[in-house]
Amino acid sequence: MQANKLLVIGVNHKVAPVEVREKLAHTGGAENPVLALKELPGNRECCFLGTCNRVEVICASDSPEETAVGVRQLLFARSGLDDTEAQKYSYTHQGVDAIAHLFRVASSLDSMIVGEPQILGQLKNAYRDAAELKSLGPILNKFINKSFSVAKRTRTETNIGGNAVSISFAAVQLAKKIFGTLEKKKVMIVGAGEMAELAAEHLISQGIGEVVVANRTLERAITLARRFNGSAVSLDELVSELETVDILISSTGATGLVLMRDDVKSIMHRRMNSPLFLIDIAVPRDLDPKLNDLDNVYLYDIDNLKDVVDVNKSERKKEADSAERIVEEETLKFVQWLESMQVTPTIVELRKKADALRVAELQKTLANLKNLSPKQIKSVETLAAALTNKLLHNPILFLKDESSGPSQKEKLEFVRTAFGLDEQ
Amino acid sequence: MPPIFEITFVTYIAAAATYVIYFVNQNKKVRSAARMTLVVGGILHTIELIIRYFVVGHTPITSMHESVSFFAWSMTWGFLVFRWRYRVKNFGTFVSLGIALLMLVASMSSHQIIPLPPALRSKWLPVHASIALLANAFLALGFCGGIMYLLQEREIKARRFGLFYSRLPSLEALDNLNHHCLAIGFPLLTLGIITGSIWAKQAWGAFWQWDPKETWSLVTWFIYAALLHFRFTMGWRRRRAAIMSIIGFGACLFTLWGVTYLLGGLHSYAG
Repeated sequence: MQANKLLVIGVNHKVAPVEVREKLAHTGGAENPVLALKELPGNRECCFLGTCNRVEVICASDSPEETAVGVRQLLFARSGLDDTEAQKYSYTHQGVDAIAHLFRVASSLDSMIVGEPQILGQLKNAYRDAAELKSLGPILNKFINKSFSVAKRTRTETNIGGNAVSISFAAVQLAKKIFGTLEKKKVMIVGAGEMAELAAEHLISQGIGEVVVANRTLERAITLARRFNGSAVSLDELVSELETVDILISSTGATGLVLMRDDVKSIMHRRMNSPLFLIDIAVPRDLDPKLNDLDNVYLYDIDNLKDVVDVNKSERKKEADSAERIVEEETLKFVQWLESMQVTPTIVELRKKADALRVAELQKTLANLKNLSPKQIKSVETLAAALTNKLLHNPILFLKDESSGPSQKEKLEFVRTAFGLDEQ
Repeated sequence: MPPIFEITFVTYIAAAATYVIYFVNQNKKVRSAARMTLVVGGILHTIELIIRYFVVGHTPITSMHESVSFFAWSMTWGFLVFRWRYRVKNFGTFVSLGIALLMLVASMSSHQIIPLPPALRSKWLPVHASIALLANAFLALGFCGGIMYLLQEREIKARRFGLFYSRLPSLEALDNLNHHCLAIGFPLLTLGIITGSIWAKQAWGAFWQWDPKETWSLVTWFIYAALLHFRFTMGWRRRRAAIMSIIGFGACLFTLWGVTYLLGGLHSYAG
């Protein structure tokens, strides 16, 4: 079965704690691992998605079991866990399950915050990167693109995005519980990542007073600060700047801690003990976990924010259920499509269609030519058979040839359209 | 005398129970019912105090029963007037429980009418005692705010949201509540001590005699004064302010009861 070639191996917030996830994420300048993944035995196509909550490896493989072991080995290489443990902290979906899983991920049904919109953009980026590195083939091309359209469908047909709350939304809620109002409050964004930008946008829409951006490279900080009408500082000024900041959102790609407990302790009296809300959305973490021990300091990391979200989860449950049904339906359709989109069945269909035409036309012609001898009838039949065979010869070669020309998927689609194979 | 005190007490208990139900289910209709019951309790209580005024022939504020009852009455109306100016989510639950508790104490103390000793027969009696008890009422509201602050802060700090996170207002709002209660309670407390001192001069010939009640009211005054002072100079806000307002109220209660029962002194005949 064609669908069984599909494999999705991943780690998310449900199966592994931050401590395990942060040893997997290919943060910062780390090379996209698709090329290494593609070298695995049996693997033909692959795509890698790494966000701060999850890692997903999407493969199309001729020997899925073997590939799965290899993928886990690569994913968990830095954590020092063996394959049994790696299996405990990850999931491996194959075939129909893999299809349903990716569709759920793209539709944000598997997100920490169901319905949050970021994941689709992240998946699109992963797809683009894989395309640039040429690790995609006809199957994944169609598969991942299909997941985009499923996501779009769930978003337009259900309301999961309507009251979608992202991590930044959860953080805004919490900030309001601490500060009452966000007016005149100052937020500092450390690290100029996509998540931080989203959080800042959210805070601005909720009326935050002032934005400061701190980044390793000042230029990037200045660009981002300009977008928010804020100011920019370098990372060295982080602690002194913190004296006037109320909310800090950190999402740097740094491997170590950026802010320590004692740094903040020393400035609390100069802050007149006004509360400080620290949000760590980076993996690996940026902020010292001991910061939460300080009076009037509230530290939340990504797993903690999940709790805030659980408070109003039930309202979205219903919408999520109807989205799940769409995913099921689309999964079934995709499996059917996969089965049809193969070279062999296409060739068989092509021959069948040609034979049917040949037989039909022969019957019509022979009905009109009533005084033919059996020898002549035989000649006409040979003529028809030769015509159809010779006409089909090149298209079939074109389909079977995997080495050159357009992608397999394009070829199949082209041939199927040209010969009208999908018309009823 | 009709059992109007008992009716008031039961009404307050009903109000507190309804407020607790509201706290759990957050149904707006239940909240209206709770508030109405509390208002009815407050009105009955006012009537009870007026009746008692005519029965005993002076402001009913001298025995333990009377002073605690007046304390509860002040807290009820202090809360209702406060609510009218600005609202704090679910504050009523904590306040109504406090009122019901005070009424329980009042109902357990002797209702007997004690003839007024000559020293207390002065126009300063209603002035001093009512101001002091009104101060207590506002400091009690601040105490409720402090408890609410600590409950809310504990959940936010522990990053585990239970009963209180969604039900209690923001930390900022609770800190402001604390401050507002103090801003009213502290001047009243000061005024209570000053009027007491003037009355002492009139009754005993000296402004200050270091009797235990005077000493402890001064201790209470210093706790709140320190809180106010450090709030503005060192940023003693929020958690620290909440703890201080709880300690301060503890000193208030000790001045009211502890001194009377444990230390005696000039005030010991009074509440």
